[in-house]
Amino acid sequence: MIVQAIMFYIFAGLAVASGVLVVSSRNPVHSVLFLIGAFFNAAGLFVLIGAEFLAMILVVVYVGAVAVLFLFVVMMLDIDFAELRGGFVRYLPIGALVGFILLGELVLVIGSWAIAPGMPMRVAVAAAGGVPLSNTRALGDILYTRYLFAFQAAGLILLVAMIGAIVLTLRHRADVRRQSIPAQLARTRAQTVEVVKVPVGSGSR
Amino acid sequence: MAIGLAHYLTVAAILFTLGIFGIFLNRKNVIIMLMSIELMLLAVSINLVAFSVFLDNLVGQAFAMFVLTVAAAEAAIGLAILVVYFRNRGTIAVEDINMMKG
Repeated sequence: MIVQAIMFYIFAGLAVASGVLVVSSRNPVHSVLFLIGAFFNAAGLFVLIGAEFLAMILVVVYVGAVAVLFLFVVMMLDIDFAELRGGFVRYLPIGALVGFILLGELVLVIGSWAIAPGMPMRVAVAAAGGVPLSNTRALGDILYTRYLFAFQAAGLILLVAMIGAIVLTLRHRADVRRQSIPAQLARTRAQTVEVVKVPVGSGSR
Repeated sequence: MAIGLAHYLTVAAILFTLGIFGIFLNRKNVIIMLMSIELMLLAVSINLVAFSVFLDNLVGQAFAMFVLTVAAAEAAIGLAILVVYFRNRGTIAVEDINMMKG
């Protein structure tokens, strides 16, 4: 129990510290790296609480895909980030004000919530024989039955995002010569090969 | 001292506030703003998972997965828009994005 508490405080502290550094880091590349740190520590929190599947998904999807995408874009765009940091001090008071108000509200909510009586508990945590399922299997049990359409819609969202990203970033540049396979295949022998009768001893031009 | 639901909710609240704070602080840098949004979505996921575990109801984890999906799609589209914008204008400063203001 005490080990769990220690691990919780380590993961939570590192996640919050990474979050602070994400928003206050001078270099966006460092921001992305701290974002990866925050995701890893959140995954640690998930493992600690017993949601292993989501923890692994968090590592694979967020660290493996989203954070690397951010890293690509930050490194690909040639931007003077020092210039973009102007106004940091100017917006500090209003940001701090809004942040603290929000944090206070959230703390008030956390301090005074209660579970509604009669709420349905224990959805799909035990198999037919009363054996507790693994987290992944239990999640799959409800995801592929009760939330099948939502799951399909999630897949559709990913498809739309993929097509949208490709459509947005694909461009045909006019100044680049490309291979045209139909044009190549449509060429006949008459268009390409010229047979020249060369007289003996004079060469061809 | 046992770790309860309130501990996880506090962490999530702090991360969410940091996300809001980051959006206000980095008013000129769209990339950091997108990262702040990711941070906020992560906080929401932590909330969903914490409630799901402490209420013994797996639906929260299913919805945390949907939040993850939407976050991935949002990051992909946002960064694609950012790349196109940079290609057209040569800058990503937020205050210059006012062509549709009329």
